[in-house]
Amino acid sequence: MKRIIIATVQDRGGVLNRITGMLNRRQFNIESISVGASDVKGISKMTFVVEIADKQKLEQLTKQLNKQIDVIKVLDVTEKAIVARELALIKVVATNQTRAEIMTLISAFRADVIDVSKDSLMIQVTGKPEKVDALISLLRPYGIKDLTKTGLTAFPRGYQPEQGFSSELNNISAHG
Amino acid sequence: MKVNANQEVEVKSDLVTGSDLLVQALEKANVEVVFGYPGGAVLPIYDALHRNNTAFKHVLSRHEQGSIHAAEGYARVSGKPGVVIATSGPGATNLITGITDAMMDSIPLVVFTGQVAEQVIGTDAFQEADVMGITTPITKYNYQVNDIADLPRVVNEAFHVATTGRPGPVLIDIPKSISEKVTINDYEDDFYLPGYQPTIYPNPIQISKVTNELSKAKKPVILAGAGVLFAEATEELKQFVNNWEIPVVTTLLGLGSYPGDDNLSLGMGGMHGTYAANRAIYESDFLINIGARFDDRLTGNLKYFAPHAKVAHIDIDPAEIGKNVETEIPVVADAKQALNVLLQQEVNRGDYTAWLDKVKKNQKDYPLWYNRGESPISPQWLIEQVHEKSGGEAVVTTDVGQHQMWAAQFYTFKNPNNWVTSGGLGTMGFGFPAAIGAQIAKPDKLVISVVGDGGFQMTLQELSILKSQNLPVKVVILNNDALGMVRQWQETFYEERYSHSLFSENPDFVKLAESYGIKGMRVSDEKNVPAALEEAFSHDGPVVIDCRIDRDTCVYPMIAPGKGMHEMIGVTK
Repeated sequence: MKRIIIATVQDRGGVLNRITGMLNRRQFNIESISVGASDVKGISKMTFVVEIADKQKLEQLTKQLNKQIDVIKVLDVTEKAIVARELALIKVVATNQTRAEIMTLISAFRADVIDVSKDSLMIQVTGKPEKVDALISLLRPYGIKDLTKTGLTAFPRGYQPEQGFSSELNNISAHG
Repeated sequence: MKVNANQEVEVKSDLVTGSDLLVQALEKANVEVVFGYPGGAVLPIYDALHRNNTAFKHVLSRHEQGSIHAAEGYARVSGKPGVVIATSGPGATNLITGITDAMMDSIPLVVFTGQVAEQVIGTDAFQEADVMGITTPITKYNYQVNDIADLPRVVNEAFHVATTGRPGPVLIDIPKSISEKVTINDYEDDFYLPGYQPTIYPNPIQISKVTNELSKAKKPVILAGAGVLFAEATEELKQFVNNWEIPVVTTLLGLGSYPGDDNLSLGMGGMHGTYAANRAIYESDFLINIGARFDDRLTGNLKYFAPHAKVAHIDIDPAEIGKNVETEIPVVADAKQALNVLLQQEVNRGDYTAWLDKVKKNQKDYPLWYNRGESPISPQWLIEQVHEKSGGEAVVTTDVGQHQMWAAQFYTFKNPNNWVTSGGLGTMGFGFPAAIGAQIAKPDKLVISVVGDGGFQMTLQELSILKSQNLPVKVVILNNDALGMVRQWQETFYEERYSHSLFSENPDFVKLAESYGIKGMRVSDEKNVPAALEEAFSHDGPVVIDCRIDRDTCVYPMIAPGKGMHEMIGVTK
């Protein structure tokens, strides 16, 4: 099963190395990881997407993360109502014939063209992973020259329904 | 122009170097002894040790691995953190085995390594190694000091992290440019670790679940690990066991957490544990693990580990609970605090009569056994003699292998902190330097290092310390001219193909000891053993005793790899 885990960490030297090294050594499979500053100075947030075999492994993962001296809080948000986003930059082949077509196509995804050249377009898209993946698969026939993704970052929503709200999770696993 | 040198010194007298700050921080941490070895990147630190009249002493080893194992032995016996200094590059990499050993066995260490100057870090400078990268997975925490103002805080924080919660090694990498930098002396050492708040006190609801289960159980058993020793909870454990009358199995590292000669003690469990101990775990309906981590050498095949039991696990490290064995009642706490709360509960026992009868019958019917031989000496009998001649009160240190298992089986530990062995990492060459540290921690105690001829040769250069520090450590070599445990496995599992496990050449250990200025002895005959041990143990100084033991003797009983606790072999003669 795929899990989204957010760790709040003290921003000290080597913290990312320590955490990813631990995950690697203990054979956890990291699908994506994104790290960034939080609103508090010296505190960073890491968002992991991990593929986990069972509940026991998941418990180990959160415990091992919590055990790290620099880790202040670990939150498994997979079953919460969350907002999860990633950003992709896609460089796609565009000729005079296809340029307009591509631009129409991407507007449905609220993606932006951020660079235009004689034979290519650079497109920026932000959204849930499955939306980003859908756009990528639509653009593929035109010829993708280059592609980069930031990895997922996520927040629990302000309002949490009482029952398990897992549509975001289902979407992610469906497109995994 | 002539400079008045004296005046200049006076002007600078308010200033200190980073190394002076380090010395001050070590004194503030009440360090008694530092184990170390100098080198280029720690020259400023060693200069500060020389210039300052330090409150602690420095013990010079002959190899950094000797320093760190000595620090481990010191820490294990004294309960205080072991402190190590080594230089950059090879000095630091020579510590790796010891750091890993301390990580696996939860030994509190604060390790200082020199590092090349900040300006050249990352340029593959002379004696540069990525010590932070190398030690990240094998330390509880590590630091590189990049600002001299951080030094007092980092040292203070390191001692806190190493000694609290589940203890472990902490490393501080200090660039030479920091240790030699001149600075004013007004830095704070307060620290704030929001992500590190070990849970000490148990949740009372979990504790009442334990006693509730005990009132229903028919076959309870306690597994006591080194967590009991670290928490100094042996008295509490004794009282709890006596109140409830529950049989106790100890782990290898937990030996001494409960008196081995008590009639509720079943001895050590695991691969070479007693039949009674392993059978009790296998048959039990309620297993209370206090401060052990369900290591694979204890559990054997997990499928057959306590298959009928509910499991309660008291551990200060939540990540150990449920890691290997499914646990119904997790209790995150310091063992002493958990036992204190357990002792406050009403004693409402289930009926354990039949269980205790059965457990005791197993103990009586299937004791540890061995064959006697005149010459060479039977190793198990030798350990029994060591026990007798030392009054069962010595500190015993070992490496890993046959001699370790025999010492664990036949030196019955009555008291805590008398047993120093490399459990998790299983480090050859650990026992002898560990004995040096133990002797420094307990100058008045008899410290016996039981080692094999293989392991001893990995760190025997530290005989120099015995001489220079005048330490009366007794080294008992169980010499079979072989790597005994490797040989045993080759005999049992590899059809007697003894690939590189038999030594054709060993040094003359008596002459070797003598060349270090140490008394050397040899015994090859059973009848000479008692007198030799008496002579050695009463000798006012270090002794190396080369004991010629039988090469073909195997350690039994045994749970073969992949087998369950109920499938022991070699239970009887």
